Amino acid sequence: MNGLIGRKLGMTRVFAEDGTVTPVTVVEAGPCPVIQLKENSRGNKVAQLGFGEKKAKRTAKALSGHVKAAGVEAAPRILRDFEVPEGAESPALGDRVKVDVFAEGDVVKITGTTRGRGFQGVVKRYNFRGAPASHGHSRHRSRGSMGPGTDPSRVVKGMKLPGQMGNKQQTELGLSVVRVDVEKNLIFIKGAVPGPKTGLLLIKKQEGKSRYV
Amino acid sequence: MERVAEISREGLRELPDFGPGDVLRVMVRVREGEKVRLQAFEGVCLGRRGGGVNETVTVRKISQGIGVERIFPIHSPNLAELKVVRRGRVRRAKLYYLRERSGKAARIKERKEY
Repeated sequence: MNGLIGRKLGMTRVFAEDGTVTPVTVVEAGPCPVIQLKENSRGNKVAQLGFGEKKAKRTAKALSGHVKAAGVEAAPRILRDFEVPEGAESPALGDRVKVDVFAEGDVVKITGTTRGRGFQGVVKRYNFRGAPASHGHSRHRSRGSMGPGTDPSRVVKGMKLPGQMGNKQQTELGLSVVRVDVEKNLIFIKGAVPGPKTGLLLIKKQEGKSRYV
Repeated sequence: MERVAEISREGLRELPDFGPGDVLRVMVRVREGEKVRLQAFEGVCLGRRGGGVNETVTVRKISQGIGVERIFPIHSPNLAELKVVRRGRVRRAKLYYLRERSGKAARIKERKEY
């Protein structure tokens, strides 16, 4: 397998033997039951993995049937598809994929939902400088000009304006795995990952070199 | 968060009980090319900061008439040993006021334990 679903636990630091400090995010990942095996539109093998547990009374009948077909008891909180890398052995239905799919030094990309900050102005959302505090200004956090006037008589698309900030899917590329604890289902990622503590994350191996590493 | 604290507890080391006002002797591993040797840094503990693996201690000494402060991550493997040389009796957690004092004014009473 080339990926897993996990949950962010928080950040800490690890010391190397020579005293170097690495900031790490601790992620609880897997064990993820294989719920379904299928092919995607490109003809690659895909395994549907689950993570977490849903209460039986909150599980739709359709979902519980779907899960039972793989021989898994409780329905997972989320299901996501992961490609089975070419040449790799395909997992069997009902297998539990564990963190040992990752090893120290692997380059991964992590997808999560960023912290929701609500409807925010332009100063917080886009780091605009705002207006001066004095010299006759009455709106200190306004965005300034909206653009040219009579010609073109409209506002250019994509203008940075106030709006919803955060609570949006984000993928962080080029993160590296510092440590893997198979017993506790933990993986230590160097640096920060999107989202709050307890936020759900998709961790995928990144193939080849990345300019982000 | 508690989960993370629990996980990182593994890396913690046993250290003597010490606090602000104590005179500490910190043995630091210094790498010089290939060789690793120990260097002592002895001074007054101005305070402790952070918790768990993130905890640090600020040590201040007067070296050749100049005040020198070093901040050590107390769980770093570079810190070979930490010894309490003398216990001090102080009434606050951070002794930053020592920076403005020198000589006699910067003395700290010894804490006697009965």
